[in-house]
Parts: sequence; C-alpha cells; structure tokens
Amino acid sequence: MNENGKANGVASAKKSVKTDQFQGHDYYNIDELLSDENKMARDAVRQWVKQEVSPIIEDYSNRAECPHHLFKGLAEIGAFGPSLPVEYGGGGMDEIAYGVIMQELERGDSGVRSMASVQGSLVMYPIYRFGSEAQKKKYLPKLGSGEFIGCFGLTEPDHGSNPSGMITNIKDDGDAYILNGAKMWITNSPVADIAVVWAKDEEGKIRGLIVEKGMKGFSAPEIHGKWSLRASITGELVFEDVRVPKENVFPEVRGLKGPLSCLSKARYGIAWGAIGAAMDCYDSALRYSLEREQFGRPIGGFQLTQKKLAEMITEITKAQLLAWRLGTLANEGKASPAQISMAKRNNVQMALEIAREARQIHGGMGITNEYPVMRHMMNLETVLTYEGTHDIHLLITGMDVTGLNAFK
Amino acid sequence: MKILVCVSKTPETTAKISFSGTDFDTAGVQFIMNPYDEWYALVRALELKEAHGGTVTIINVGPAANDPIIRKGLAIGADDAVRINADPESALTAAKHIAEYAKTGGFDLILTGKETIDYNGSEVGGMLAELLDLPYVSYANSLEVAGTTATVSRDIEGGTETVEVATPVVISAAKGMAEQRIPNMRGIMMAKRKPLNVIEPGAATDHAKVVSYEMPEGKTAVKMIDPENMDELVRLLHEEAKVI
Ligand SMILES: Cc1cc2nc3c(=O)[nH]c(=O)nc-3n(C[C@H](O)[C@H](O)[C@H](O)COP(=O)(O)OP(=O)(O)OC[C@H]3O[C@@H](n4cnc5c(N)ncnc54)[C@H](O)[C@@H]3O)c2cc1C
Repeated sequence: MNENGKANGVASAKKSVKTDQFQGHDYYNIDELLSDENKMARDAVRQWVKQEVSPIIEDYSNRAECPHHLFKGLAEIGAFGPSLPVEYGGGGMDEIAYGVIMQELERGDSGVRSMASVQGSLVMYPIYRFGSEAQKKKYLPKLGSGEFIGCFGLTEPDHGSNPSGMITNIKDDGDAYILNGAKMWITNSPVADIAVVWAKDEEGKIRGLIVEKGMKGFSAPEIHGKWSLRASITGELVFEDVRVPKENVFPEVRGLKGPLSCLSKARYGIAWGAIGAAMDCYDSALRYSLEREQFGRPIGGFQLTQKKLAEMITEITKAQLLAWRLGTLANEGKASPAQISMAKRNNVQMALEIAREARQIHGGMGITNEYPVMRHMMNLETVLTYEGTHDIHLLITGMDVTGLNAFK
Repeated sequence: MKILVCVSKTPETTAKISFSGTDFDTAGVQFIMNPYDEWYALVRALELKEAHGGTVTIINVGPAANDPIIRKGLAIGADDAVRINADPESALTAAKHIAEYAKTGGFDLILTGKETIDYNGSEVGGMLAELLDLPYVSYANSLEVAGTTATVSRDIEGGTETVEVATPVVISAAKGMAEQRIPNMRGIMMAKRKPLNVIEPGAATDHAKVVSYEMPEGKTAVKMIDPENMDELVRLLHEEAKVI
C-alpha cells in the first residue's frame, strides 16, 4: 500500500461504456450527523466504486466470475477491517466509517461488499479478537494488505441456521489437532489462503482454528450455478484428516459466542450495505422515471410511479436512521446482537423490496444488465439468507422481547 | 524539494448555480476541491516528492468551512497545510495573501490549477508569479524536475510546446499532468494528525470589482419542422436563429 493514500486498482474486463451517474440520497440531512472523516471515507469509496467496480461489474456478474483483482484494490483503499486497530492491519476508524464503506461497496455490488465483509469482519476480526499474539502477527498484516485472502467456515451442509449442531470436529493428536468434516456456502473459499474454521473439540465445545491452503487433506471446491452474488466466489471446505498445528487454534474462545461475535460485526456492516444497494436501485429508478415517457409524459409523473418512488425514499431514510443510530451505539460499544439483528433484517428486506419495485419502474429494461437493478435484486436474495436468515433474525427479536426461545 | 500547492474550493459540478446581485447563493451547494488543483497539481507534487524527496504543503485562502477540503488534500498525501483566514474576494487578493506566505517559505515549486471550474479566471498563478518575481508557466500538462531545472510541456494550438525554466517557478497545471488519486482510509486517518496552520491575513486590496453576473438563457425546446416545408426552415434560421 502506498502510504500517501494511493489506491489505484487494475481492471481487465469488458468495460461498460455507460458512466455511473449515481448520486447519494440523503432526504433527512443525515450527513450532518456524520463526521468529516466519515464523509471523506464514504466519498472516497464511492469514487473508487465508480472507477473500479461499476465499469466491470455487469460483465463479471454476467459471467459468474469473481473480479479477483479487486481484492488488491479493496486492500489499498482500506476496506478490510477499517475499524480494526492500525497495528493489526486495520484502519483505526470508527464503526460509522466501517458502515459507510460497506454501504458504498454494496452500492456497487453485494458480492464486492461480501469480499470485504468476509475478509474484515469474519477473518481479520476473529484473529484480532481471539487469536494469539503470534497468530495476529502472522496473519493480520497480510490480510489487511490483501496479500492473503481469507474465508470463514461455519455453515455445514446439514447445519445452516443451527450451527450448534455442527459435526466438523477436531481430535487431539500431540502437537496438532486432526480436523474432519465439511463446510458449505463459504464465501471466498476457493481462492482463500486461509480459512477460519469452527469445529467441535472432543468435549463437544466449539473451537476456532486457522487452516492454511495446502495443508494435506484440505480442499475447497467451488459451488457453481448461483443466480445470486454471481461476482462473489463461493465454495465448500472439505477436511479429511487435516493435521492442524495447535498453534493455529484460537487459545481461549469456546462455544458459539466465538463465531457469533464475528457475525455481529458482519451483520452490522450488512445493515449499512443494504442501504447502498437500495439507494442504487432508487437512484436508477428515479432517473429512469424522469427520462422514460409514456402516454406523452415522463412515467415519474404518474401517481403509481410516484407512490413507488415516495415509498422507496421513505424506507431508505428510515433505514439510514436505524443504521446511524446503531452505528452510534456500536461506537460506544453498546450495540447488542439483538439490535444488530433488527437492523440487518429490516434493512435487507427494505432493499429487496425496493429492488423489486425499482425493477418494475424500469419496465422491460429492468430485467437487463443495462441497469443495476435486477443484479441487486438477485444479490439481495443471498443477503436476505446469509449471516442469519430473515426469519432467524425475527426469532432473535422475538426472543429478545418475550424472553421465550422459539427456535426449538 | 519544497513544493507549495494552491488549492481552492469550487461548487460540485452538478450544483445548481444562482446569484443574487453579485452574491453566489450557496444554499444546498456541495463544495469540492477544484479538480485541476486536486487531480493534477497536488498529485504531481506528490509524485515529485516521492521521486526526489521533500515536502508538499497545500495552501488555501478561505474560511474555516474550507477545512474538510483541505483535509482531503492532506488525506491524499500532502504533508501539511496552511489556511489564510480571509475571504478570497478576488484572484488578486487571493494571490496577494498566498504571496505574503510564500515569499518566506523557500519553495522550489509553486503549483496551481490552470483555473478554477467556477469563475474560470486563470489568474492566480500569473499574479502570484508577478508578486513573487518568479517565472510562470501556464497550462502545463507535464512537469519534470532535474536539479534546479523544470521541464514543462504545454498544449498549444495544433501541437505541444516544451519549456525549460529554472526553479523556483510558478506553474499552473492542466489535464494530463497526473492522474487523480483517491484517498485511502489510512490517508484519511493520517490527515487528522497532520498540521493545518491557520494564519490571519494581512491587508490585500484589488483594483477591479465585479459589477454583475448574468445566467445564460435556458435551453428552449426543439422546434420540429415538416421536411416538406423548407421555406419555413430557412425563414426560422434567418429570422429567429439568425445564423443565415
Ligand atoms: C452466497 C452465499 C454465501 C455464504 N457465505 C457464507 C460464509 O462465508 N460462511 C458461512 O459460514 N456461511 C455462509 N453462507 C451460509 C448462510 O449463512 C446459510 O445459508 C444460512 O445461515 C442459512 O442456512 P441454510 O442455507 O442451511 O438454510 P436452513 O437453515 O436450512 O434454513 C432454511 C429455511 O428454514 C428456516 N428456518 C430454519 N430454522 C428455523 C427455525 N428454527 N424457525 C423458523 N424457520 C427456520 C430458515 O429461516 C430458512 O428460511 C453463505 C450462503 C450463501 C447463499
């Protein structure tokens, strides 16, 4: 990374000739609640997305290929773990800065945001939070600079919403553990240099460990055929008697709170990210509604179109306020996992509904990759499901307000 | 090499522009760093520093509301910044304030943008050079420095002119001199800790004053003329458009 703030990526794809005309939407002057540094971070990432992501994303998404070169660019701009301390490869920024960065990345594409969320919140964060000093020194600078790509293995083929039922396990074998099992739906896994894997020890306690690419018995096949998050690579993690040195295991943390605390970080980022996708759909729909004429006037002049647009900006504004308040709580270390669940659930659903309405406003054009809307809509189906499904987050809120567990 | 880069604030390019008398109505207008200052002058200054060592200082004449723009310059990589706490009433007063600061600074290079994208004056650089009794090269699209010689090329009608000039020198930067840099998160955080020195202005007066501003006439709708009706087309081109 250039210490003077240079962040130029490379791109080698069929570039779109359309310029990205996106403008942010801030109906309630929420900008006034952001620090200068938050705004500068937001504007920088917005510009980076316009320059590096928008021209190529439709092509990569269409071909279901991961724009791998963006890892380096994301690292240079500082999108990996922006709220982690500088000495551990992070950016030393506050949680709202992290939020607006995720918002801008997801404005470009949920897959690109996922590349950054996983690296920062699900790989760097657990190593920072639970890793030994040696693990932090060994991995964090390389992850922060994009030299290493990481992935996070919690979900299993038969254990998604119920990760505590996992069967991936480790057995003590002197100076190492023997790891067996399989993980499914793992973002970045086929291209990852390391995987943070959650597995049960012989006492049935969930432990976290760092598995390196190239360890014998470890493979990460790609999952094909996704209609969603097509520009993000997803795969499995397969462990067949993998010998993982004991120094690669997180020393202290036991139980589900390990992975769940990482998920809280990532879900927080998604609550902001979804606003980005929603704003992009709204922005495109608003512009289209003023340009497209039917029956002799712009379709934005018809009441039914206005209803859609008015409801979209209302919902976006509510989501922005929710995210901002959550960010303020997070800065004070007071955002509870249940509060994060509420924001993730609300904002992703909001974005998905806006994508669907915006798609209608674009008429037939809305189903093509001339406009970003259908891509966002398809992406958001994943975002609705991963990091805790829409319904699971509802159950978390339900349990929080009633004190009664409805999961089982 | 000590480099001073003059940066100004301009309305963002999509801003709605309106005047009451000679006062620009700033309500709802977003401001940015003048692109010629940011993309070309500042970035080239940083590249020269990276190649030859030295320091890059940015200077702005303006109120405290300009600080976020100055911080952006620091985030992109300038070492320190100076803000002369004065309203930049005109190009000449701005140039006088900058000259007052620059004359004791020992700068080898003073860079400005070729113009600001709002008032398009292209004046500050030339005035500054005159006030400091330094050579001036305008509209530079490339700049190399070897020892105390700066080699500058500039677009001229139908070709390129290359100029050699001894430093210290004032140069105004045009497109092509460098490529825009996006500040990264690290730069943004470092910018918070870099010095931004606020200096109270000396006296500066101008000889000229702006009397009024007028907005160009809005675009009118396209008039469609029946292809059969050539006479009408000719009449309109003659009488209304007055082009034939
Ligand atoms: C593209 C993509 C990337 C992903 N990346 C990662 C990653 O990097 N790392 C990782 O570990 N995982 C990742 N995931 C996995 C994701 O987190 C899971 O898909 C998710 O947790 C849901 O698990 P599942 O798919 O097994 O669905 P299931 O848990 O089988 O759920 C199916 C349905 O049943 C509902 N349901 C389940 N239990 C209950 C209940 N008690 N009450 C009511 N309804 C219930 C769910 O809400 C859902 O609607 C990714 C998924 C996708 C699609």
